[in-house]
Amino acid sequence: MTGQDTDMFSEHYNFAYLDEQTKRMIRRAILKAIAVPGYQVPFASREMPMPYGWGTGGVQVTAAVIGSDDVLKMIDQGSDDTTNAVALRGFFIKTTGVKATTKTSQATIIQTRHRIPEEPLTENQTLVYQVPIPEPLRKLEPRETETRKMHALEEYGLMHVKLYEDIAKYGEIATTYAYPVLVNDRYVMDPSPIPKFDNPKMHEMAALQLFGAGREKRIYAVPPYTKVESLDFQDYPFEIQRFEEPCALCGAENVYLDEVILDDKGGRMYVCSDSDYCEERREQGHLGHMAANPIAEPENSGPRA
Amino acid sequence: MQTSEMTPHTADASDDLPLLRVSNATKYYGDRIGCKDVNFELYPGEVLAIVGESGSGKTTLLNCLSTRLAPTSGVIEYRNRVGAMRNLYEMNEAERRMLMRTDWGFVHQHASDGLRMSVSAGANVGERLMAIGARHYGDIRATAIDWLDRVEIAEDRIDDDPRAFSGGMRQRLQIARNLVTNPRLVFMDEPTGGLDVSVQARLLDLIRGLVSDLGLSVIIVTHDLAVARLLSDRTLVMRRGHVIETGLTDQVLDDPQEAYTQLLVSSILQP
Repeated sequence: MTGQDTDMFSEHYNFAYLDEQTKRMIRRAILKAIAVPGYQVPFASREMPMPYGWGTGGVQVTAAVIGSDDVLKMIDQGSDDTTNAVALRGFFIKTTGVKATTKTSQATIIQTRHRIPEEPLTENQTLVYQVPIPEPLRKLEPRETETRKMHALEEYGLMHVKLYEDIAKYGEIATTYAYPVLVNDRYVMDPSPIPKFDNPKMHEMAALQLFGAGREKRIYAVPPYTKVESLDFQDYPFEIQRFEEPCALCGAENVYLDEVILDDKGGRMYVCSDSDYCEERREQGHLGHMAANPIAEPENSGPRA
Repeated sequence: MQTSEMTPHTADASDDLPLLRVSNATKYYGDRIGCKDVNFELYPGEVLAIVGESGSGKTTLLNCLSTRLAPTSGVIEYRNRVGAMRNLYEMNEAERRMLMRTDWGFVHQHASDGLRMSVSAGANVGERLMAIGARHYGDIRATAIDWLDRVEIAEDRIDDDPRAFSGGMRQRLQIARNLVTNPRLVFMDEPTGGLDVSVQARLLDLIRGLVSDLGLSVIIVTHDLAVARLLSDRTLVMRRGHVIETGLTDQVLDDPQEAYTQLLVSSILQP
């Protein structure tokens, strides 16, 4: 079987792999999740043809909401071309035959692992997160019976114990990803392992945000235009990561950058983690100091090396 | 922060009224009796010891009183801060849990049951404050330092895990963690159990000091009559789930009326 074959639509599967009853079951969970923002709705997660940890929760959510006229974008750590993204994109092309894209603006469904795209999303889009551990209190309170009660009674003091520990140990809130948020002034939610840099994007987002945890069998959601607040202390307010330099390829500032090690002599570069955003900027002529494109004339490029 | 929860208990007219009233509290485990027909009232600032041998129903009774175990029958009422007498088991769970972490304290025999062993001493003390809405790190830490000092734990241990503490220190930390919200009623289940005698003596001294400084009401379960003698105003003697004798501690211990209490008192080793 060649690589191309795996990306071809196959008639052998029901649309989007899951059977219709399963999709209905998942849709019911999604509707409930949307009705109670931030609340973890249990659902009968199915065994998927990929291992847990590969996004079985996100895949099931996407399979339940996708239609034949949807345009799908699949990202992993902000990138369209890493293993997880390629594998899951291939899965949906094969089982649904929908159009796939890497362009954020053209997608109607974006399934993501670890990032929110830099480009603001719109009301016509749905963002599906792959979630490993949906319970934000899990590491502090191992008993599920107890954490459910804590959510039910809004007993979230423990979450601040975690942040207190961070400050006591590291002098600042050292949590940098999966940073807990309060949704709609009610439920504390784990935003999945996105960097805290992305947390402010969740607040009042125009797009619908759906979260699927396959192994843990939970679905939760943030409806469009919902208040999402990152937890903090009055004297240690929430802060996002800051980067000293712009993207080395496209010169973008105020975006989330990945550090890429270039050699074993300390050489490194910082590039956009959102690969589509970076490419689009370069097409528009923005160049960073390592873009290595001598022909294009930079207009708004960042500082040159 | 809900400041009303934080004001220390002050003497007022309601001191004449009972804080806790227990009427016919009964707990069956299947056919077996846990405790049966227990009646008493606890007044503000009063320390009540529940003594008896193992299996006499002391801990069952304590758990029923502290809403950790629903009694089979009987009524347990508590006077809240606005002065209303409320049946504990007619309150909803949210109210009961709120009581547990603000107005009440529970000191466990094993500190590991009452502490979060994997978070620092400061966070252990601060947890209740954060649970009732404290959101200023500096204030929480300052309060934690103050309380560690009051239970004789050095300030530089504030960022250590309780795992790094000795048994006595853990017990003192547990007390600080419970008292930080200025509760009015504290339950203690064998707080000195498993400690050696010199550490026990210091802990008892500390508890006695805190109880009188803060005007706490305490219900303390112990099999150690010396603890009852040192700390409590009144004593309740239990045997096979029944309260067989009750009265002022000195009276009960010096002039026991019931044969079983006489046996209990005379079985203390005299060094």
